[in-house]
Amino acid sequence: MRFVSKKQTLEAIDAETAVALLPVEPEDMWHANNLIAVGDIVKAHAIRKVTQTSSTGSTLSERVHTDLTIRVTSTFFDPAASALHVSGTVVRENAFVNIGQHHTLDLELNRPFTIWKSTGWDSVALQTLQEALNDDKPDALVAVVMQAGFANICLISEFQTVIKQRVESSVPAKRLEGKDKSEGMKGFYEKTLSTLLRAVDFSTPRPLLLASPGFVAQDFRAYIQSEGARRADKRLQRIAKDAVVVHSTTGHVYALNEVLKSPEVQATMRDKKFTNETSLMDQFFDRMRRDDGRAWYGAKPVEKAVMEGAVGRGGGVLLINNAFFRSMDIPTRKRYVALVDKVKEDGGEAKVLSSDHESGQRLDSLGGIAAILTYPIFDLDEDDDDQEGEADAGDGAAGTMVI
Amino acid sequence: MSRHQDIRNLDYQDVLDDYEGYSEEEDELSSKDRALMTQGTADVQAALGVEASKVTKAQIEEALWHYYYDVDKSVAYLVSKFISPPQKTAKVVELPPTTTSNTHRPSCSHFFQDMPWGNIPRDRETVFIPPQLPRGGLLGGSGPGPKMSKLQMLAAARKKKAEEKSLQEKVGNTQAKLTELSIQQDRPAKENIPLAGGFGKRLKTSETTSEGRSPIATTEPKRPEQHQPVSKDGPEDTVQPPTEVEKIPEAPIAKPSAFAQTLFGSDSASSKPQHQELFTPPHASFSESFLDAFSKPSPDDLVLAAQAKAGKKTPAAQKKKGASSTNAVTNDVKALKIEETPLPKSRNLNVLSEFERSKKKKTASFVVVGHVDAGKSTMMGRLLLELNVVDQRTVDKLRQEAEKIGKSSFALAWVLDQRTEERVRGVTIDIATNRFETDTTAFTILDAPGHRDFIPNMIAGASQADFAILVIDASTGAFESGLKGQTKEHSLLIRSMGVSRIIVAINKLDTVGWSQERFDEIKHQVSGFLSGTGFQLKNVAFVPVSGLNGDNLVHKSSDPAASWYTGATLVEELEASEPSARALAKPLRMTIADVFRTPQSPLTIFGRIDSGSLQMGDPLLVQPSGEKAYIKSLLVDEEPADWAVAGHSVVVHLSNIDAIHVRVGDIVCDPNKPIQCVDTFKLKVLAFDFLIPMPLDVHRGRLHAPGKIESLDALLDKVTGGVTKKKPRCVKAGSVARITVKLGSKVPLEAGMRIVLRSGGDTVAAGLLE
Repeated sequence: MRFVSKKQTLEAIDAETAVALLPVEPEDMWHANNLIAVGDIVKAHAIRKVTQTSSTGSTLSERVHTDLTIRVTSTFFDPAASALHVSGTVVRENAFVNIGQHHTLDLELNRPFTIWKSTGWDSVALQTLQEALNDDKPDALVAVVMQAGFANICLISEFQTVIKQRVESSVPAKRLEGKDKSEGMKGFYEKTLSTLLRAVDFSTPRPLLLASPGFVAQDFRAYIQSEGARRADKRLQRIAKDAVVVHSTTGHVYALNEVLKSPEVQATMRDKKFTNETSLMDQFFDRMRRDDGRAWYGAKPVEKAVMEGAVGRGGGVLLINNAFFRSMDIPTRKRYVALVDKVKEDGGEAKVLSSDHESGQRLDSLGGIAAILTYPIFDLDEDDDDQEGEADAGDGAAGTMVI
Repeated sequence: MSRHQDIRNLDYQDVLDDYEGYSEEEDELSSKDRALMTQGTADVQAALGVEASKVTKAQIEEALWHYYYDVDKSVAYLVSKFISPPQKTAKVVELPPTTTSNTHRPSCSHFFQDMPWGNIPRDRETVFIPPQLPRGGLLGGSGPGPKMSKLQMLAAARKKKAEEKSLQEKVGNTQAKLTELSIQQDRPAKENIPLAGGFGKRLKTSETTSEGRSPIATTEPKRPEQHQPVSKDGPEDTVQPPTEVEKIPEAPIAKPSAFAQTLFGSDSASSKPQHQELFTPPHASFSESFLDAFSKPSPDDLVLAAQAKAGKKTPAAQKKKGASSTNAVTNDVKALKIEETPLPKSRNLNVLSEFERSKKKKTASFVVVGHVDAGKSTMMGRLLLELNVVDQRTVDKLRQEAEKIGKSSFALAWVLDQRTEERVRGVTIDIATNRFETDTTAFTILDAPGHRDFIPNMIAGASQADFAILVIDASTGAFESGLKGQTKEHSLLIRSMGVSRIIVAINKLDTVGWSQERFDEIKHQVSGFLSGTGFQLKNVAFVPVSGLNGDNLVHKSSDPAASWYTGATLVEELEASEPSARALAKPLRMTIADVFRTPQSPLTIFGRIDSGSLQMGDPLLVQPSGEKAYIKSLLVDEEPADWAVAGHSVVVHLSNIDAIHVRVGDIVCDPNKPIQCVDTFKLKVLAFDFLIPMPLDVHRGRLHAPGKIESLDALLDKVTGGVTKKKPRCVKAGSVARITVKLGSKVPLEAGMRIVLRSGGDTVAAGLLE
């Protein structure tokens, strides 16, 4: 993403500025999705079907290219296609549309769009924008998380984990009278490899991670190698050579956690955003497990801790999911932006995690917000209980314990 | 009657063809004919070569006459008729009974008085039941077919054979005459004279027919001797009877007149014995013919059989006797019908009562668990060897193979670890199933992998087990590391899968010299640990064994160092274990443990029935796909069976379903009481690790699905189950909690199921679905 105007700088943006942006690569759509919130005003190129009625009563409809300005009511992001659809009502009329008419803009690559933030450009929005403007982007990492019978082909980029394809193939279980299973496994590898080559562009060398419990990943790598040799395909041989085999405990997508924190990955991708996020989440879980009073999750306890200044200099980290911001109404958003600002003020770290990453999803299940405190506090949830503890009071019916 | 009609029609064309010169006698052959005949006979004999001796000159002449001196045709005819298969015309033999019904008629009573069967009108009447009439366009004389229909040929041929066979048995000595005379039968077979003979009245009413018939007589001049009278035109019966009457009294053993033969088809073979007996004690012959009539398949049967045969286009030559072939054919037809039915028919058995009635051995399955390299597979290999489920030769072969890759000590484990990767790496990866029987019980072994990466497979195995063998490596250091590792996790899992009976096999005691102290030490530690896990110590047994050598598995250890142990062997302990009660009456539930292809069905599933019963032909519902399938057939313990009940491990061949709808881990259930598919559910769990809302794997038998803890609803009291804290921030290891789990997709689950939750390669919780 870049500014349309070369003169535009990040620093020059004040609350009311209209910022014209030019998305240039698919991931920019994801950034745009994070930038555009409900209530914002977006101006972009649009194609609209316009019906005109002539004096005789006959109608003529045509598709016109025009620029439309709408107030956003909802956005829809398709991660697999990297397409962003922004729906809203027209706020500036022109020859083809009236104010109040609905339109859905399909933001396109290499076509500029302009945003006016309804709440002004707050720190979180500016941070997002800064991330979006960063030109120095490493290649997305390809990971195949697999297990006998199924494989997930994922593309891990700076901000997203996209599951490109899921491969499933039934591998007959071991039976005494049955023949060797290797046949079934071979079919599975074959299917996975062909899907992988179809789903991911390997024309330039890029890192490939193979993760599985047991020996599946190892065998798959050997399979790619032998296929490369058999077909005399240099590219395949190179893929096999570059592939990193990582142990994971399962073949499901969430095993990417383990993949990303494995030493093999850490060594090559130390400074990537997602590896940092993953290790932060692990830290958090670790502290939870230890129950040392320094890890808290959920909106209320975290808010209290931040207000107390417990998330500050010396290890205080505030973790917020970006989906958390996206779905909020304006007053709540303001509150959480203030929270972020407070942490930064206190000298702590405020991390906005991508909800499209595994770590972000882990955070998501914790309510989208968590904090590692500088010092332990133990009673953050005390009054919390009083307020919302009644939710399922009827559920406590006693039964004899079977477990 | 049908017979008459048939016969009459058969030669109708011939009859017409021959009509012109119908009144000609043998003697009246024109000189030209004679010349042709002589020439033809010579030609035919030449053509037949050696075979010529098998046919008489008369036969040749007749054939020639019949085929208008066409040598080739005659030869073909003769060969087929007399040389290759010595046979007679069935029609002729069949005829006598048909005529008998009319003996009482005054017009021809004298004619029939010598007929042995004359007194059995019933017999005849049944023969004449005419359902065949509409077949083959053979009704009446107007039928256009100059030949028999294929069906009838077939029937005739078959009948002929059957007849001949029985007759030959009876009158072996008339063989020679038979061949001699057969030519005469052959002709009459095609005539409808018997009809006329049998039905005097009809003859009168159908003058034309009789006229039409008479020309056939002209064909007979070729036949030797007695034939002249027949050649007289008009109603033959009027001429005929006297000759017949005269002849028979003269010599009961003598051949019947040619005309009689023509008439009744009673060739030398068939009619002679009857005649003989007829005249000595009439009743004897009577009974004989009577018996005869029923000893053979009825004409109807024959025709039916022939029709069935013709329908199936099988070769006409049928070697079997009529009756048996008829049965065979009917069976075949039935079989055909069954194949046509689209769905397997359910026999609607009351499976539960069948199960009670069948005094089958009790079945039990056990899972073998323990830390990696504790010797689980080796011990089971040894057990199977000692129980003769596998033979020494197989093991020796495996040992050789194992030595090749330098792992000879793995030979016994290879009995169960059959996959290449398992053998190369020396670890069990997937559950291996095998079975053995003792005197009281049929056991199913589920050999689980010990490696932590394959715990999902172990869970799959444990979910099918009634009890467990926990194998513990007693060698120094191994036990300690195992207790921290999978010894602990496995016993937790087994407990949470609902297995309460556990046999602890303390293995490799031979490596520590069968030290009793070591055994006691381990026993002490393990029992403490197991009771902490929730096992009742009365359900726990300890056996010191050596899996590699086989001590205390099936037989007591012969090692003097192990003499301190006086308890039961492993197998004895297994037999003493009572499998848990089966939920027979509940709706069917079966988790699919494997899906594969067999010759019986492209879609075959394997699994253990968790509850309920199933039988052949039953419809099944596969969840979560929601597709219906039918049981084509099933195997219980590798034996074909009609039904199976909870606890059985079954192989089910499915039909009417596509393989895409059936996956390992799916549940097969009763379509009337289907299991529901859910993606969010509440669980009462025992936490083995610290729980907060987090992503995890949900395991239930073979099924495993990614999901997450959506919320921690309450902490529960361990004993009473009462809520101690609502909405806890986290659940610590060892506490009991109610949690809500959300899955990525819908899976078949229902209340009461035992679920295992794993995260990051560890079992974090296990519990019951609420």
